[in-house]
Amino acid sequence: MRYSGLKVLAQGVMGNRGWRPAWRTPAPKSEYDMIIIGGGGHGLATAYYLAKNHGITNIAVLEKGYLGSGNIGRNTTIVRANYFLPGNSEFYSHSLKLWEGLESDLNYNVMHSQRGLINLFHSDGQRDAFARRGNAMINQGDDAILLDREGVRSHLPYLDFEQTRFPIYGGLLHPRGGTARHDAVAWGYARGADQRGVDLIQNCEVTGIDIQNGRVTGVQTTRGPIRAKKVGMVAAGRSGQVAAMAGMRLPVESHILQAFVTEGLKPVIDHVVSFGMGHFYISQSDKGGLVFGGDLDFYASYAARGNLPMVEHVMEAGMTLMPMIGRAKVLRSWGGIMDMTPDGSPIIDKTAIEGLYIDCGWNYGGFKAVPASGWCMAHLMATDHPHEVARRFRLNRFATGHLLDEEGTGSQHNLH
Amino acid sequence: MRLSCPLCGPRDRREFYYYGSDDYLNRPHSDPQADASSGGWSDAWEDYLHLRDNPAGRLRDLWYHEGGCGAWLAVTRDTSTHQVFDVALVVDLKGKAGS
Ligand SMILES: Cc1cc2nc3c(=O)[nH]c(=O)nc-3n(C[C@H](O)[C@H](O)[C@H](O)COP(=O)(O)OP(=O)(O)OC[C@H]3O[C@@H](n4cnc5c(N)ncnc54)[C@H](O)[C@@H]3O)c2cc1C
Ligand SMILES: [Zn+2]
Repeated sequence: MRYSGLKVLAQGVMGNRGWRPAWRTPAPKSEYDMIIIGGGGHGLATAYYLAKNHGITNIAVLEKGYLGSGNIGRNTTIVRANYFLPGNSEFYSHSLKLWEGLESDLNYNVMHSQRGLINLFHSDGQRDAFARRGNAMINQGDDAILLDREGVRSHLPYLDFEQTRFPIYGGLLHPRGGTARHDAVAWGYARGADQRGVDLIQNCEVTGIDIQNGRVTGVQTTRGPIRAKKVGMVAAGRSGQVAAMAGMRLPVESHILQAFVTEGLKPVIDHVVSFGMGHFYISQSDKGGLVFGGDLDFYASYAARGNLPMVEHVMEAGMTLMPMIGRAKVLRSWGGIMDMTPDGSPIIDKTAIEGLYIDCGWNYGGFKAVPASGWCMAHLMATDHPHEVARRFRLNRFATGHLLDEEGTGSQHNLH
Repeated sequence: MRLSCPLCGPRDRREFYYYGSDDYLNRPHSDPQADASSGGWSDAWEDYLHLRDNPAGRLRDLWYHEGGCGAWLAVTRDTSTHQVFDVALVVDLKGKAGS
């Protein structure tokens, strides 16, 4: 079914009884051309672009829970293309362009809202670094505007400009940055892939990867063995466990990142605001909740919940920056499992095993990457060549020294 | 979360700095001959710096009692439940790394 304004109207008049499920619930076949392990944003987007761009439709996406039960439904939804390093810059730029056409491409409202992202800075040195980043963004073809203190005040009058610990010197405005509805992205890609013939198999955990003579032949699952010529591992925070089934050890350590949402409020925060020095960022959802978060809890963890010290730290940082939110009540907090790499950048590559591919290492920035990651992973699996904009996301770059350390914090997984 | 420092007793998580898994105890020895041909790089360095078992379950990792006695600790804990099984001083593990 194609969605349209007219459909919504007609269905409204008819009591909304005509809507059908957005995708099928097929039983797994015994064999596919390709299998994608993981039904998160990246896995679903990979399947979608394999079908759409490469005409490969005999595919199954195997998801151990329900579609969108992982990080794709747990993130704080920021979409931006403000990366600095060659390798990252063109990739996220490509992703943002895909975002801008995503809704019409998917015929699905992902509520992509380019409300503008402002990264605050608090010293002369930081201003220089942000100016340089802004120039890199402009050179890449994206947009950036360096705001001085008064410029920030005109956008964000509610910040505490008297605060002395981290005085606000200005901010880097990325007008095309913003947010999107996270689950809708999973649902939109799922529906699009399903419509093109992809089987989305839920409650199907991959428990083993079959390899014969250095070549992948299929997977073992809780719903029986499934054969395939090519298998893509797209399991985000669980990538370590999945890769271990193929005897691989990854440059990944899984960490917990928390986030918070308040009760719904009237519109008050129009942008995405990030306060890097205080480890805090915030936006307001379309439902009115203030959605905010900070840094990792910093220790390796698979618990989808965090600890109190980071909760306190985030709240304190928020109060330092914008005391006006002090009376809003926090409704919920949660955590997601982040696949942290030693340089903070992702991996989209072949493995040493023929027919086995990996897409992982998204750290805490993999939501904005969903379209380009799916695009590039599909390209890799279909053609056996890395896509131009993802060519530096190699699995062996740590051994060869070609790291993409965007923040320059060194080879420690939790510091990115 | 609390860790029981063998020297200081049970202390709040805020007092500790986290480094990473105990792979960091296996710092490779430099081998001048091998280094000359490989430019100093070897798989041992890759294991030490980058690759991780990353278990969902029992893990031994390194914490630094920054806000306390300054000792490096090897903590054995469950990464899924955050239960802590054992906290040992890294100096006591000397020579037993990777065991
Ligand atoms: C609190 C928080 C805030 C974030 N904020 C942002 C943000 O503002 N902007 C941004 O760009 N990014 C953000 N991120 C990061 C982003 O959410 C992730 O990088 C991204 O969602 C990961 O890719 P994914 O969607 O494919 O992961 P997931 O949705 O986690 O998908 C992986 C899937 O694999 C499945 N799986 C695992 N093992 C198996 C198995 N053995 N068999 C079958 N299936 C398996 C899992 O069940 C899961 O559904 C945030 C993350 C968190 C937790
Ligand atoms: Zn101590």
